[in-house]
Amino acid sequence: MFKILKYSFFDLMRSRWSYVYFAFYLLLGIVLLFLNNDLSKAVITLMNVIIILVPLIGTIFGVMYYYNSKEFTELLLAQPLKRSSIFLGQYLGVAISLSMSLILGLGIPFVFYGLFMSNAIWDFSLLLITGVFLTLIFTALAFNIALSNENKIKGFGYAILMWLFLAVIYDGLFLMSLLFFEDYPLDKLSLIGTVLNPVDLSRTLILLKLDISALLGYTGAVFKQFFGTNFGLIVSFTMLIVWVALPVLRIAKKSKKKDF
Amino acid sequence: MPLKKHHILSAILIIVLSNTLFSQNIRVCKTCDIKTLQGGINAAQEHDTIIIEKGTYKEIDVLVNKPLTIIGKDYPVIDGEMKGEIITITADSVTVDGLFIKNVGTSYTSDYAAIRLKRVENFVIKNLVLEKLFFGIYVEKSNNGKVFHNKIIGDAEEEYNSGNGIQLWYSNNIEIEHNFVQRVRDGIYLEFSDNCIIKNNVSSHNVRYGLHFMFSNDDIYQDNLFEKNGAGVAVMFSKKIKMYNNIFRENWGTASYGLLLKEINDAEIMYNTFEENTIGINTEGSNRIKYIHNNFINNGWAIKVLGACYTNTFTGNNFLYNSFDMAYNSKVNDNEFDGNYWSEYTGYDLDKNGFGDVPYRPVKLFSYIVNRTPETIILLRSLFIDIIDFSEKVSPVFTPDNLLDNNPKIKRITW
Repeated sequence: MFKILKYSFFDLMRSRWSYVYFAFYLLLGIVLLFLNNDLSKAVITLMNVIIILVPLIGTIFGVMYYYNSKEFTELLLAQPLKRSSIFLGQYLGVAISLSMSLILGLGIPFVFYGLFMSNAIWDFSLLLITGVFLTLIFTALAFNIALSNENKIKGFGYAILMWLFLAVIYDGLFLMSLLFFEDYPLDKLSLIGTVLNPVDLSRTLILLKLDISALLGYTGAVFKQFFGTNFGLIVSFTMLIVWVALPVLRIAKKSKKKDF
Repeated sequence: MPLKKHHILSAILIIVLSNTLFSQNIRVCKTCDIKTLQGGINAAQEHDTIIIEKGTYKEIDVLVNKPLTIIGKDYPVIDGEMKGEIITITADSVTVDGLFIKNVGTSYTSDYAAIRLKRVENFVIKNLVLEKLFFGIYVEKSNNGKVFHNKIIGDAEEEYNSGNGIQLWYSNNIEIEHNFVQRVRDGIYLEFSDNCIIKNNVSSHNVRYGLHFMFSNDDIYQDNLFEKNGAGVAVMFSKKIKMYNNIFRENWGTASYGLLLKEINDAEIMYNTFEENTIGINTEGSNRIKYIHNNFINNGWAIKVLGACYTNTFTGNNFLYNSFDMAYNSKVNDNEFDGNYWSEYTGYDLDKNGFGDVPYRPVKLFSYIVNRTPETIILLRSLFIDIIDFSEKVSPVFTPDNLLDNNPKIKRITW
């Protein structure tokens, strides 16, 4: 598995897209910092970017990589190798190279700007950690979709739809249902709704740092326990790990049964 | 008889002079003739000075009924042993300086205080340290006094069994300066007290309010710090209060405000800083208030306007990185916003006059939704919410359509 991981990783490191991705983040970081001149405002803008763009790029990259390296995969399958290690190796190769582009691309400008001397370092590292989690989750989901669809166009379509659903439509439905059931106690429902969507989950995780004063304005014991203590942080992280684990397990399972 | 009259006059003069110029010092200590504070007061003539040496004096219901100066040397401890009120002052021109008073009794029927002033004038209460108290300094129907450099540290947990740090009741022209009040119910409380000045105090970690006005007019508070209270300052049913240069910080919770205004008219709120409060200013039924040059930084809601607030003006304030700049619960707006800086403003300034060319709408649709269904707060900063906020911004349906800042500043305002 590690050999395949290594090959995928170096293959991607040499590819143009990794550089484009890296350059994009580098540029974003520089523009945000040097035009804004304000670290806390930059962190808020960055949050929006990470929550929307990182899943999109993870999804597209994952699907693209799977379909492009299909011939190579079939070649590997002819060798005496475990199927799960082939696919997991490829998955990790993509996810790790994407995460590296993210961390380096955003990290370098912030470090030069004097991150280590500012107190935004915790907010910033939380952002990067969430970004990495989102990359892992959405690449895994993309691999799942690609594995289940032989047709390239269909696969891309589903992948984009999934991103659109989780990033935008889900929140719309969520908001509608909250408004519709507003006469009932909703705090548990709203927390469950958040946990079921990795994008919302990472957003809440960042909100816990940035907007804690607003979140505490709501009168609800469950909310208060969730946001007021470390409980929220722990639950969010656990759920993110679950969100990584489930699709990865499905990749392993699906790849064992699939006919090529 | 003119000679005799002259004699009487000079005799009176001598008595008065001897009383003021030749006033005695009375020492109170464990090894002196006078061993208690009450004993010292009983032995003293008017305008004498009582000096209390270091030591612990277990006394309650000490009555100061003549004009005296009571000075503690090296902070002698007056211990009430949780039995009741400790010092009551009923005479004019009393000065109390440098005592350490602790263990005031708690009662549900009478307001025991560490020091109570009852219908007196020209008092000075300074350099006291109060601990384990019910009420701290209780000023009752007394005028023209000063309360300064005191340190009040309570251990209040609940509202119903705790008292206020400094309380004024029907007392006018009082100066409260440089006090440090912590962990009581209301740090400083004014009821029916006019023309008072509250300056340079630090009021923090109080169960209810840092500073609380009720039916008090023409008061000024400035340069104070209010931190981590149930709510920073509550101003209720009062007129012409001036609030300058205060800092309101980290008042967090479900009903927590930096500043709570209720039925307030003609106030001035200038040069204050509201930082990281759940709600910066919560205003209800308050009219003709001027908000000028305040900083609102990182609050949940910078300003929340509930019903019936008319002709208020907001000019030259900075609104920086608040989760919500404004919340309105109605569609009607009679307040004026002009020339403020809003960190969320996305417009441009083509004619380079320092003001944005597109008006800014401080009330977002989402703040309206959160008002209606508070649980939706969990969707804060979601892309979907940004989209509906944008569409509301383009054509306001739910939020007041005349609520806008026509001259939003492009750069942060400094003064």
